[in-house]
Amino acid sequence: MTPERDPARAAVEAVWRLESARIVAALARLVRDVGLAEELAQDALVAALTEWPERGLPPNPAGWLMTTAKHRAIDRLRRDDRLAANVAELGRAAEADRRAHGQADFDAVLDSDAIPDDVLRLIFVACHPALPAESRVALTLRVLGGLTTAEIARAFVVAEPTAAQRIVRAKRILADRRIPFAIPPPAERPARLSSVLEVVYLIFNEGYTATAGDDWLRPELTHEALRLGRMLAELAPDEPEVHGLVALMEIQASRNAARTGPDGEPVPLLEQNRGRWDPLLIRRGYAALLRAERPGRPVGPYVLQAAIAACHARARRAADTDWATIAALYATLHRLTPTPVVELNRAVAVAMAEGPRPALAIVDAVAGHPALRGYHLLPAVRGDLLARLGRHAEARAEFARAAALTRNRAERDTLLRRAAP
Amino acid sequence: MRFLMTMNGGGPQADEQLYADMAAFVQELTSAGVLLATGGLAMEGTHVTAAGGRATFTDGPYAEAKETIVSFALIDVRSKEEAVELSRRFWALVKDGEGDLRQVYGPE
Repeated sequence: MTPERDPARAAVEAVWRLESARIVAALARLVRDVGLAEELAQDALVAALTEWPERGLPPNPAGWLMTTAKHRAIDRLRRDDRLAANVAELGRAAEADRRAHGQADFDAVLDSDAIPDDVLRLIFVACHPALPAESRVALTLRVLGGLTTAEIARAFVVAEPTAAQRIVRAKRILADRRIPFAIPPPAERPARLSSVLEVVYLIFNEGYTATAGDDWLRPELTHEALRLGRMLAELAPDEPEVHGLVALMEIQASRNAARTGPDGEPVPLLEQNRGRWDPLLIRRGYAALLRAERPGRPVGPYVLQAAIAACHARARRAADTDWATIAALYATLHRLTPTPVVELNRAVAVAMAEGPRPALAIVDAVAGHPALRGYHLLPAVRGDLLARLGRHAEARAEFARAAALTRNRAERDTLLRRAAP
Repeated sequence: MRFLMTMNGGGPQADEQLYADMAAFVQELTSAGVLLATGGLAMEGTHVTAAGGRATFTDGPYAEAKETIVSFALIDVRSKEEAVELSRRFWALVKDGEGDLRQVYGPE
């Protein structure tokens, strides 16, 4: 965090970041428009930033924000003459939901136990497949993570107007296409859920791999994604893939302290000091993997990837890694998601289980795939296999190619070192 | 960043209402992805002092409950202010007592 922050402002922002998802979600149910809900919630934040530093924190800061936001929403609906219509609609929805009758009153709506469901609706809407991927990510961080546009811009190393534009675009598409503030019907649910998981994992990876720049906010994205995932696991506990993704992220995040050397250079998995892996996160990962088990339901790609990560976590020393199981898990994963990147990973596991020769055959079979063009890991893996086969000149050429392709400076240094004769 | 929120002993006896409120609070923190671990500690313990690499163990209840940690929560937050806000909510439920809020360094 920036050291010279104003403490009163920092306190407001802390409450905001803890509460914004719930506030935006509750408002979205009232005003039936995520974009408008987000603006009204922002108004409440601005009010807090004006009032709290002067008068001190209210006794219940979260409640204050929610109540203020609610009043803004009611004022806005009244101004637009939509209050009566929305109350009636909410009443009908409440009746349908609970088969109870009676007037849905705004306080009941906002203080009810329905907010978790609202948050789940908000996740589904923010990650709607109708939105371009980058808009989904930006909107999700904005409405569910409580990040400012400036923070999103910094985290993704884009200009602030670019980040703002992604959010504006998302809101416009949601409004134009009249995307309902609702949990998708069962028929659409698998596809919609996979869009949600994709967004969360994208955010995680953006922070985890930090492909460019070195701003502290980038690694922070890993954290943000973990929180989103954990939240999602509580909201949609019956979805194995949600737990699979959480398990995958927890176990990957457990390696954070060991992943970089003293000068920021990446340390490959097998060379990491496993004593620095975080046992708490590993345990949380195992627990999530157990929660993902649903006898009779097919295993999904996130559960498989988590199982692979768990194989690594279980090995006390790199030499203890069960590579045969990992290779088999990759083979299963490849049947579900037949991408050349999965094959590349399988090749690495096969190299460890059976040796470099069969692995090189797998790599060469996918090397021409257009999806791998410009992908630095292809020459990096190939170089590694060639080196193990004693074909050093070819290996060095591959490392040089890989170095030219990676965007990460530290990784480039490592590759260049291996490319040197 | 991680913080360890601790509560010392000597506070008022928990009643049913507090148990219910605390269960809801723990659920809320879990749902928000904030709570990593939580637990209560026995009042009896073994005190350890070491001198020159030699440890001496003293069994027994702690004399000063107020200086003894009786429960903890390990939380995962984005700033110290978030930890302070969560602590504020905790104490709004417990009402009287004391504790600490310490940043945890370590694998991250």
